[in-house]
Amino acid sequence: MIRVTRKLEFSAAHFYHNPNFSAEENRRIFGKCNNPHGHGHNYVLEVTVAGEPDPATGMVLDLKELKDILQREVADRMDHRHLNYEVPELAGKIPTCENIAAVIWRLLEPRITKGRLDRVRVYESPDLFADCTAEPNGAGGSA
Amino acid sequence: MSGAIKLSLTRRYRFAASHRLYSPAFSEEENRRLYGKCGNPHGHGHNYVVEVTISGPVDPETGMVANLGELDPFVERGIIEPFDHRYLNEEVAEFRECVPTSENICREIYRRLGGFPAARLERVRIEETSNNSFEFAGECGTSSEGMR
Repeated sequence: MIRVTRKLEFSAAHFYHNPNFSAEENRRIFGKCNNPHGHGHNYVLEVTVAGEPDPATGMVLDLKELKDILQREVADRMDHRHLNYEVPELAGKIPTCENIAAVIWRLLEPRITKGRLDRVRVYESPDLFADCTAEPNGAGGSA
Repeated sequence: MSGAIKLSLTRRYRFAASHRLYSPAFSEEENRRLYGKCGNPHGHGHNYVVEVTISGPVDPETGMVANLGELDPFVERGIIEPFDHRYLNEEVAEFRECVPTSENICREIYRRLGGFPAARLERVRIEETSNNSFEFAGECGTSSEGMR
């Protein structure tokens, strides 16, 4: 099996706020990420697809197709957007890199028809990233 | 068709420390042959990078596997404070008993972080230099890491 990874950068704004918490709890739990004016990141997305190379083409999948899928499903939705207000898939969720990775997984999984989606990694900064993968035993732990 | 998913979070930390690779179990000649310039008796140092990966269900109220407000101070107290700007061979008790290779440092960091209460410790990966990195995800079959 071969793993193929394609990278995409997008820039977006967000902030963390849960209306179920008091203002004081929001500040305590989310710290400066709670600033209601928002802040932004240069996110780096790494999408890994696993599979056997097609003997005729030598490719697991056509990276140009993957690039187009990432553009449509991720960049068009999230690049230069405010994640709290402009991405319906994140509505009602705190836009942490865990939740962004999970949303991107759900968006991409049905679109990958050659090979299978192996991992979605979302870097919020070079020192912080979330990985979304299939649950190894296929049950429980659903996010 | 969409199956269950698993989320993990990885955070990178840094510390700078000195060490010397030398084992009293070997002769001077064997030490020189095994460890080369890493055995220089005066020691040498690295800017270590520590990648800590935790996993678990995402709390729907916070959107997080674990709050960095808890992970950062846990790593700071457990690893950065005792290791940063130290001579590992002398100043970290565990390395008086074993050679502070990056393999052993990685395993010791994993052991120290295993008690993190808010999520499961998945993996520790350390970079000794930008060319060398080491990973430990628990002993296969001896912990809940199981057969992963």
